[in-house]
Amino acid sequence: MPTITFRQPDGAELRVDAPVGTSVMKSAVGADVPGILAECGGQAMCATCHVYVTDDRALPPVSDEEDEMLDCASAPRTGHSRLSCQLVVDEDMDGLTVLVAGEGP
Amino acid sequence: MTVADVVVVGAGQAGIGVAAALREQGFAGRVTVVGREEHAPYERPPLSKSYLGATPVDERHLGLRAGGWYADRGIVLRLGEEVREIDRTAAVVVLGSGDRLPYDHLVLATGTRARTLPIEGGDLDGVVVLRGLDDARLLRRHLDRARTVLAVGAGFIGLEVAAAAHQRGVRPVVLDVASRVMERAVTSTTSRFFADAHRAQGTDLRLRTGVGALRGRHGLVTSAVTTDGAEIQADLVVVAVGVVPDTALARAAGLRTDDGVVVDAHLRTSDPAISAVGDCARFPEPVSGRSARLESVQAATDHARCVAARLAGRPEPYAAVPWFWTHQGPLKLQIAGLGGDLDREVVRGDPAQGRFSVFGFRDGRLATVESVGRPADHVAARRLLAAGAGPTPDQAADPAVDLKALAAVAP
Repeated sequence: MPTITFRQPDGAELRVDAPVGTSVMKSAVGADVPGILAECGGQAMCATCHVYVTDDRALPPVSDEEDEMLDCASAPRTGHSRLSCQLVVDEDMDGLTVLVAGEGP
Repeated sequence: MTVADVVVVGAGQAGIGVAAALREQGFAGRVTVVGREEHAPYERPPLSKSYLGATPVDERHLGLRAGGWYADRGIVLRLGEEVREIDRTAAVVVLGSGDRLPYDHLVLATGTRARTLPIEGGDLDGVVVLRGLDDARLLRRHLDRARTVLAVGAGFIGLEVAAAAHQRGVRPVVLDVASRVMERAVTSTTSRFFADAHRAQGTDLRLRTGVGALRGRHGLVTSAVTTDGAEIQADLVVVAVGVVPDTALARAAGLRTDDGVVVDAHLRTSDPAISAVGDCARFPEPVSGRSARLESVQAATDHARCVAARLAGRPEPYAAVPWFWTHQGPLKLQIAGLGGDLDREVVRGDPAQGRFSVFGFRDGRLATVESVGRPADHVAARRLLAAGAGPTPDQAADPAVDLKALAAVAP
């Protein structure tokens, strides 16, 4: 099973088993990763599962829906911003590290 | 008294939310969740949306938590178990199996049941309601072979099903006795936008129309006779005429109920050793100041957090802003706050472009914001409502006023 590392703004890291086919958000919620609130349960409706992906591996493109909600996230949006609920885990994601955006400044 | 033993009745979003929030709050006592269904706890919002659509979400991904999560946190799930009785004197919950679960604190998260239609033909095959996963499975099987689906009720569920059916190439017909769609939930501006959009994509939407009887052949539904005498051919009928809170246990236990289990600002029932959360709870809604019962993921989650914090020794009155959403195919609506009895409505943006928000004011204060294609308005609205601040109607209407900035400086 792929593992994904969630890094907190303070540098703390949590390595999580992420079943293929679930979302990165769900794997985080299942492991109680702090800062991934996922208030809407993964419907791209709340932007509380915002992460920064600095890894340069290919990820699915940002949909219009995700794009709109990322503009509303409380932490600043960057070119690396994703909603983790919209990232579906596949084998290629093994070893991915994402930075939890949290509530922002 | 120290709470060491928490029993939760109901394994939906609210019930599982209580268990999760208790552990997040550091609660070290026993947590037992009793659920009527055999299924592992799952999300409901996709059941009327992506689960029914042309490229359905995989059922395995609906789980609220992965399998091992519960055991890892010492949360005992008793699935497929009916609660027969609450014995308040003994502080014990009696299960259908006869097992008795003692509690220091009991949380009712019993949710709702779908209303049915007490009409001729209401028991035909192909007439379904949509509340749980079993309902959704049955509906999906019927959708696989249906040519026309009739949704009775133009609320969120009826319209979501119609949109999903359309995506699958099944012709949708939607009836409602109301004069507009989502009448109880949204303003007339938003209602009109959604009605037009559904009609534009081919939905046969008939308002001020009820169903008098359903007809069938060989036990399978074939048509509906409307209250105005028309006959609509349909080989699948989804009854989406609302839900009723499941208060039977609470009533039998002598707790106060009134279209929901009545709770106070701390979500306690009339027995302080029992709380109620989620769709079944009637609570004093802090933003509107009204008594409310909300069917939403937001209320379920925030109620759960509030009760868990109290049981972990950090009581705070419930203070969350209500918010809702619906996806109807490509159409998305986000709502913050509660409508009804608005004295002023201001539209920001342009409904003709499919991007607008309706700001509703009550007694001169911002009460609700409905957003279509303007998620930033929705997020700002939630912050403004939480702060009890908010734009004036003129500010809301003025596109030059930056709501995000206004929300940022709100006290």
